[in-house]
Amino acid sequence: MAIREDHGRFRDIIRGRIKENFKKYVSHGEMVGKRENDFVKIPVPYIDIPRFKYGPKQRGGVGQGQGSPGDPIDGDPQDGSGEAGNSPGQHQLEVDISMEELADILGEELELPRIQPKGRPQADAVKTKYSGIAPVGPEGLRHFKSSYKRALKRYISSGIYDPKEPVIVPVRADFRYRSFKQVVQPQAKAVVIYMMDVSGSMGEEQKEIVRLESFWINTWLKRHYRGLETRFVIHDAAAKEVDEKTFFSTSESGGTLISSAYKLCQQIIEADYPWNEWNVYPFHFSDGDNWSGEDTRLCMRLLREFFLPNVNMFGYGQVESKYGSGQFLKDLEREFPSEESLVLSKIENREKILSSIKDFLGKGK
Amino acid sequence: MANLTPELAAWKAKIEKHASGFGLDFFETIFEIITYDQINQFAAYGGFPVRYPHWRFGMEYEQLSKSYEYGLSKIYEMVINTDPCYAYLMEGNRMVDQKLVMAHVYGHCDFFKNNQWFAPTNRKMMDAMANHATRIRRYIDRYGVDVVEDFVDKCLSLENLIDRYSPYIRKRTEKERQEEARSKDQVGLLQVGREYMDEYINPPDFVQFQRDKRREEMESREKVPSEPQRDVLEFLMHFAPLKNWQQDVLSIIRDEAYYFAPQGMTKIMNEGWASYWHSKIMTEKVMKDSEIIDFADAHSGTMAMAPNGFNPYKVGIELFRDIEERWNKGRFGKEWNECDDIRVKSDWDLKLGKGREKVFEVRRNYNDVTFIDEFLTEDFCVRNKFFVYKFNKRAGRYEIDTRDFPMIKKQLLFQLTNFGQPIIQVENANFENRGELLLTHLYEGIEMQPDYMRETLRNLQAIWSRPVNLATVVDNQARLIHFDGKEFKEVVLQAS
Repeated sequence: MAIREDHGRFRDIIRGRIKENFKKYVSHGEMVGKRENDFVKIPVPYIDIPRFKYGPKQRGGVGQGQGSPGDPIDGDPQDGSGEAGNSPGQHQLEVDISMEELADILGEELELPRIQPKGRPQADAVKTKYSGIAPVGPEGLRHFKSSYKRALKRYISSGIYDPKEPVIVPVRADFRYRSFKQVVQPQAKAVVIYMMDVSGSMGEEQKEIVRLESFWINTWLKRHYRGLETRFVIHDAAAKEVDEKTFFSTSESGGTLISSAYKLCQQIIEADYPWNEWNVYPFHFSDGDNWSGEDTRLCMRLLREFFLPNVNMFGYGQVESKYGSGQFLKDLEREFPSEESLVLSKIENREKILSSIKDFLGKGK
Repeated sequence: MANLTPELAAWKAKIEKHASGFGLDFFETIFEIITYDQINQFAAYGGFPVRYPHWRFGMEYEQLSKSYEYGLSKIYEMVINTDPCYAYLMEGNRMVDQKLVMAHVYGHCDFFKNNQWFAPTNRKMMDAMANHATRIRRYIDRYGVDVVEDFVDKCLSLENLIDRYSPYIRKRTEKERQEEARSKDQVGLLQVGREYMDEYINPPDFVQFQRDKRREEMESREKVPSEPQRDVLEFLMHFAPLKNWQQDVLSIIRDEAYYFAPQGMTKIMNEGWASYWHSKIMTEKVMKDSEIIDFADAHSGTMAMAPNGFNPYKVGIELFRDIEERWNKGRFGKEWNECDDIRVKSDWDLKLGKGREKVFEVRRNYNDVTFIDEFLTEDFCVRNKFFVYKFNKRAGRYEIDTRDFPMIKKQLLFQLTNFGQPIIQVENANFENRGELLLTHLYEGIEMQPDYMRETLRNLQAIWSRPVNLATVVDNQARLIHFDGKEFKEVVLQAS
């Protein structure tokens, strides 16, 4: 079909493979739009061909509904004038989808491999669930409602039901019993430990990038591990464990000792997440400035001796900032040129988040 | 693609009979059953099975497919304005939906055939579109996809700069206009007090000399276009330095824009009319008792108003019903308008019974602008809870501005006129005597979105090749935007 060609060409433009100059027309929107309960809104990419048109903010329009002058109206109003032709006129499509679907879409878009959890499959727990109805069973599990229904049906269909005297006498064949099923619950347990540098050089923009990035990593890992646990560590010259909200809102100042975070992370893992049962994913985000070469050497030792042999993956994301030198990434590259479980990624700006996620999750670990 | 099942064919025959029975008059209508994927494809192509290759169709397709797959929306019906009329039914829809769609489609077909704004459209557009596709594919083969696509993108950026009313007016061509302007001109002769002296004061060779001089002057000063032209695409076709294939591509884009224009001009009426008839045919003739819930569900889905939104289906059907009732009861004319007594008005019924006749007349003669202008009443706005919203800069949100009837009507008419797009016209092709193009924006109190304006100018410049200028209003100031291919300049214009 010819539409496939057109569609392929559109995808190519969106991915920036062709027509670089078109990038500016692609409406990105926020990758994580509104988040309501378990649903997120994601915008479907749209390229707007520039035309002479009125500014939306000036335009106004006619709507219908309740309310008195001065009341706000919900969301952006739809354009009522419609497009020529038969196609719908909406420009930015927002899709409500569940987190699971979102993860699948992410996986599909980035061509991410499924994760192979480590750990022993025999750790699966078997649970008994009473969810079915069966014609045989012990009297103690007799299901009154279905039994009565069967009997009533039999009465009506054989024509002996008398509405004036609605007495139903069940026979043996009417009885129904609760039955159980055995549900196997995989017990692959996983924990993600996010570490973030909150020293003075990490600005709002950098933190926003970390927020987005960790949102996507969480979404993807949750798809593979039920009951994913997350822990958060912030550090400047000293590290402390915080909750999620604090993690994303704290702004400290001062120097940076990356080893402090790694040490704390090590303590957390040793205390709560024994290697043989847990899939462990430490992620560290920083602008790449460390206080001293000696501290960097300490970090390398921790990585080599403790983290890398044990974790599923250790992710280091370096967010570009005005003040950061980005030295730490180079040090890591030099120290571990071909280490499988260490994944390094450089995030220059918002647009690079997707490719960085691909760096982190592209190995299927 | 498949023919109708015997059951559907039987229903089609019945519905067609009922539609004709109500007085609807349509071209032969051919229904085809297609899958959801095909319907998305056709919809992306504006209803046609074949269009020229372009990424934006792929984009539309992706949007439609995604919203279908995520269960956000689905296309119930699609009908193309051609003779015969083609309409599509989606495979796997419930029978009640198919019936509804068929009834709806007959409403559209009647509208296409009889509404005067569709009179000049090419009814063999299916062939024309396929022909356009072939031509553009040939250019792609010869010049490469990137070159052709880039040019198409540039043309599309100017696609809305057509004169929507021009197909309905027999216009003199630019050449005729020039000739006329020339012949009208008076030749500068000396004033003569007495007639018998004329041939001595203005001897024939002097007259001839003056005439030649005048013509020369005219030609050198000649203004192109002689009067401002709103069909910017046509103007570019004739006057921009285009290669043959570029000119052809531009003409294709322009033809297609003109083909779709009447559908945009009659959106409210067309959908209202079709909905009016599907509801009538279904509820009075075709529907089985068992289907009432499903019908009501589908119908209300189409008529649903997003909170505070504006749905052309709903406004259209309600207006048609309102007109029918008013003309049935004689609620129009001088006496009705001058009556102030609410009680008398609410009981007003002259039992004229002219409603049906009137709605047919309306569907023949009106477009959305005239429709709203003539038939939107204060009463109707109150009943349907209309309001005007504006963006409140301080609060940073859209707010209900007023429920005042004249304001509602004004706003509605404004957003329908020229599809709510700024009106732009070509003023001068030799601006500053330097071969620069000058466009003017007929400012109506609303400024254009600046980034879009600049990008569009960039595309225009690429086609015109000499610098381009646009006179418009930016930040409450009349300005001339100049783009020479490298950089933009803005000059504040003195109020003239």
